[in-house]
Amino acid sequence: MTVSFESVPTPARDSGLVRVWREFAESRVALAALACVVALFALALAAPWIAPQNPYDLAQLSILDNKLPPGSQSIDGMTYWLGTDDQGRDLVSAILYGLRLSLFVAATATALALAIGAAAGTIAAYFGGIVDAAIMRVVDIQLSFPAILIALTLLAILGKGVDKVVIALVLVQWAYYARTIRGSALVERRREYIEAARVLALSPARIMFRHLLPNAFPPLIVVATVQVAHAISLEATLSFLGVGVPITEPSLGLLIANGYGYMLSGLYWIAFYPGVALLAAILAINLVGDRLADIMNPRLKR
Amino acid sequence: MLAFLLRRISQGALVIAVMAVLVFLGVYALGNPIDILISPEADQAERAQAIARLGLDRPLWVQFGLFVASALHGDLGTSFVHGVPAVELILSRMPATLELALVALVIAVGAGVPLGLLAGLAPRSLFSRSVMVGSIFGFSLPNFWLGLMLILAFAVDLHVLPAGGRGETREFFGIAWSLGTLDGLRHLILPALTLAIYKGSLVIRLAYAGTREAMLQDFVRFARAKGLSPGRIVGVHVLKTVLIPVVTVLGLELGSMIAFAVVTETVFAWPGMGKLLIESIYRLDRPVIVAYLMVIVVMFVLINLAVDLIYMALDPRVRLAERSAA
Repeated sequence: MTVSFESVPTPARDSGLVRVWREFAESRVALAALACVVALFALALAAPWIAPQNPYDLAQLSILDNKLPPGSQSIDGMTYWLGTDDQGRDLVSAILYGLRLSLFVAATATALALAIGAAAGTIAAYFGGIVDAAIMRVVDIQLSFPAILIALTLLAILGKGVDKVVIALVLVQWAYYARTIRGSALVERRREYIEAARVLALSPARIMFRHLLPNAFPPLIVVATVQVAHAISLEATLSFLGVGVPITEPSLGLLIANGYGYMLSGLYWIAFYPGVALLAAILAINLVGDRLADIMNPRLKR
Repeated sequence: MLAFLLRRISQGALVIAVMAVLVFLGVYALGNPIDILISPEADQAERAQAIARLGLDRPLWVQFGLFVASALHGDLGTSFVHGVPAVELILSRMPATLELALVALVIAVGAGVPLGLLAGLAPRSLFSRSVMVGSIFGFSLPNFWLGLMLILAFAVDLHVLPAGGRGETREFFGIAWSLGTLDGLRHLILPALTLAIYKGSLVIRLAYAGTREAMLQDFVRFARAKGLSPGRIVGVHVLKTVLIPVVTVLGLELGSMIAFAVVTETVFAWPGMGKLLIESIYRLDRPVIVAYLMVIVVMFVLINLAVDLIYMALDPRVRLAERSAA
């Protein structure tokens, strides 16, 4: 194989992170969204220490306090700022724990899907030929079906559970990463440093994962941001439909499903506030992702 | 042209075959097919009969042959709950889902393309920024929660629209449609809107990005230099390039709307196939689940095929590439 010196140089991205950050910070909306994402993750991590009560511990719940409107007082003087649900659970605590579970599921699934998808896409791009055709055909077929349907089917077969939701999300999402990284790895593969690595007789695994993958990685960042938001939404939907997390560990989606039954009789807060938390998380992540996508889209640069 | 069509059809057939194998393995190999395919209420004689009929005592590949043979005859088992053939049950629910998905699609495109196009023409304007932030908001809204909030606002608080169901229907061509009556329309508005907002936001973003990219291209500068009116440049030349990605995505989006209708139908008690799927999952009515999956796969393959054809008609680049490849 000859090395092509005429290959079109990609836009310079050497100043890297600093430049991306400077451009990112030009948008105040994006900065606010980023702050919101950080705050939500902090709240989720700190939930066991800052929540007024442990919503999973039935001993701490008082069934007498059930379905109280926002701002009510408990018997021992605690204020339920967002009201309580049908089991007398403080909604502030339930939302904090629900957020913790929702973000944990989404982050775990995204990390696993990213690892599997990036590896599969890199392998496809590096070897080409029949390996590439086989992997990408699976990706194409999978991407031609909506994520919600694949996840729903998997969970119908696997059953409920936090681990099963993670598995379903990973199986749904790996294909997006595989396709994205294959595209950028195909470009990188033709560059001189990969040729040099081959000449040095480095092992294919080393070339792929030490040289090709890191250089083909940046476009995945945008995809991953969008997919985290998507994972949160998908998990909430599946849990709302009753095939996601078990009732003992309510995520935000399950809290909303629980409030659905009471909404028609006017008890709006059980379904409303968990939804606001869910929307805040998804919206903030999408705003960050949108800004990143703008920065990284070379077609809008002139 | 013909070669392209044949290639696409054989690809579609391959997808259907692969999905049949996966569904078969999911049902027959992962779970215990006796539990899955025979109602838990069946007595010993019925069980023995069903096992013999389905050939569950025979090797796996013989069973697969039987599954394929009966599937080709349109027989995917009988619903445990409803006691009718599963395929028939799903087809009877399909019009309701299609109606919902199509109305939602019309709303999404009808509002999304003009908004995205206008926003893309003046990307720095306040209008453009609010449309774009609004669209991010629109596709961030969890679909089911949006549905609940619409019910809360319009049905519970304002009492102006019904909270669920399909309302009065009128028959056209032997199928009941909600579109035919005022009451049916009132029932259709909220679920269709819920389904449309997410997709509409995506259409806005596509049209916006398409317009921005198109405006930078040489053909627009050329058209300006030729002295064409701005209205004609945007209305004919830009719109055409913008519509190409929208049409591709639309085909896929129609499919995904049908799939996403699972959620909307559950929220609004809309009696379509999606609600049937969820009920069947709750009640472990597995023949219906299997039949739903197979029907959906066939539907998706057909939609994708249709998209390819429209795409080819719209985009001369694809047509030419096909011709030179052939």
